Amino acid sequence: MRDAFLSVLTELAPQHPEVLLLSGDLGFAVLNEYIARFPLQFLNVGVAEQNMSGLAAGLAMEGYKVFTYSIGNFPTLRCLEQIRNDICYHDADVKIVCVGGGMSYGAVGFSHHATEDLAILRTLPGMLVLSPCDLWEAAEAARYLLSHRGPAYLRLDKSAAPINVRDGEIFTPGKIRTVREGSDVTLAATGGILGEALLAADSLAERGIFCRVLSVHTIKPLDTDTLAAAASETGGIISVEEHAVDGGLGGAIAESLMEAGDFPSFFVRMGLRNTFSYVVGSQTYLRTVYSLDAASIVRTVFAKLGIVAEVHG
Amino acid sequence: MSIQLISDTELFARSIRIHALRMTSLGGGAHIGAIFSCADILAVLYGDILNVDPAEPESLNRDRFVLSKGHAGGGLYAALAERGFFPVEKLLTHYQDGSDLSGHVSHKLPGVDVSTGALGHGLSIAAGMAYAGKLKSASHRVFCLLSDGECDEGSTWEAGLFAAHHELTNLVAIIDYNRIQGIAPISEVIELEPFADKWTAFGWAVREVDGHDHESLQRTLATVPFVTGKPSCLIAHTIKGKGVSFMENTVLWHYRIPRGSEFDAALAELEGQS
Repeated sequence: MRDAFLSVLTELAPQHPEVLLLSGDLGFAVLNEYIARFPLQFLNVGVAEQNMSGLAAGLAMEGYKVFTYSIGNFPTLRCLEQIRNDICYHDADVKIVCVGGGMSYGAVGFSHHATEDLAILRTLPGMLVLSPCDLWEAAEAARYLLSHRGPAYLRLDKSAAPINVRDGEIFTPGKIRTVREGSDVTLAATGGILGEALLAADSLAERGIFCRVLSVHTIKPLDTDTLAAAASETGGIISVEEHAVDGGLGGAIAESLMEAGDFPSFFVRMGLRNTFSYVVGSQTYLRTVYSLDAASIVRTVFAKLGIVAEVHG
Repeated sequence: MSIQLISDTELFARSIRIHALRMTSLGGGAHIGAIFSCADILAVLYGDILNVDPAEPESLNRDRFVLSKGHAGGGLYAALAERGFFPVEKLLTHYQDGSDLSGHVSHKLPGVDVSTGALGHGLSIAAGMAYAGKLKSASHRVFCLLSDGECDEGSTWEAGLFAAHHELTNLVAIIDYNRIQGIAPISEVIELEPFADKWTAFGWAVREVDGHDHESLQRTLATVPFVTGKPSCLIAHTIKGKGVSFMENTVLWHYRIPRGSEFDAALAELEGQS
């Protein structure tokens, strides 16, 4: 996803002289092409995310469209107050880009896991929160951000779901993509973990259970209409996110449906439950440890539908 | 160079202090000591140094000003009102229900470039503005007024490193060095000395001045950049609460609200000054 984003930025930077990419001393090698081609539209600000965010606000006040770029929590939680006061309150045209959403940086360790970012950033007034699931969505989100004005957060995952784009499909921020039709259960996912939801849907289809799979690439503003339809048209909703269940995708969906009075038959939030992701391992491995892999989704669906799962030998 | 210069900056400073005294008293706002501390700096900036025009508060070639010590917002509001950015009568709504004039400075007011209040933010924003000016080869300058207390914040020093590395000649940091922070003297909290040496070591061109001596402030600020290729740092030695004898050099008047006989006594002292 990172490469898809940078590819779009590199492609379009010549048409957007107002774009500045600020890195918190991260992006070794992967930023080389962009830097070589657009040295005046790049700035390595050093390992100083608070300053990076304040600088971004100041630059945006002077007419630039600024992307701040770093890993995991560094461009978000480390400098949250600068994002709140300097960027959001001033409606500054700053796009915060996190590479390594969720547990992308698996074995690197807990410090590099971004597992509360969606919940925290979506509380900020005026903030657009994007969390693409595949390379197509990542590229489209990047393309959109070049035309969007105001604060935005782009969460890029290392893993990416297989691309499921229909001919002529248009990426619309704030509009959920239905990547698979079905009416037995809705699996609403955000980020690369949507790939696990698709695998689960495949497996469930073999059992005659057909899932509607939704890519919630925009956490804020949330597409309440599509969620309300899922609540009334399918047997229940399961949210899937590589993120804390508190306040993230599941929390946002729950708020939306509860407030609208669109109650699904059942609702489950799959994500990290009040735990630190301290176990060491790859992103794929950690999903199994924290019960976020396809098999866990299948088990959750079985449990909610009252199906006794087969015991695999 | 600026329009509607206020020729007598001493009178300007006195009127900033009197406005601020009334504002904090009426609305129940704090930080009068911190406002008095930098009232002379604000008067010299807005009376003599900054190229700003109330008729065009968003003018692209204006000098930018970031009040990083946002808690002295009352002083900046008073200066802006006196310069004609908005009616002086508006000042009396300070800190009250429905007012635009929050205790910490708000960019919702004409002439205010940046809202601040959380310490340690201003210098980064100012550095961003200055870097933008450099990219555009613009001639305006960016001035940032900091408190000494916010030099406890690491982010201030992050911005300090950045500005020197990028040779932001168009950036001027003025530090209101009254040596009393929120609840105690700096010497008891986090000592900043050798202060000038720190900024020099960070790559800034440093000057020190009596922050209440208008002639010195004017003369020194008129020479920025102090050194070509370096951001300028002016350490202004000041007295917290300056202008009212019983407020001077006290921790108490960081938060105490001037009311009753204290208000009357303070006003009498200020009005008695020539």
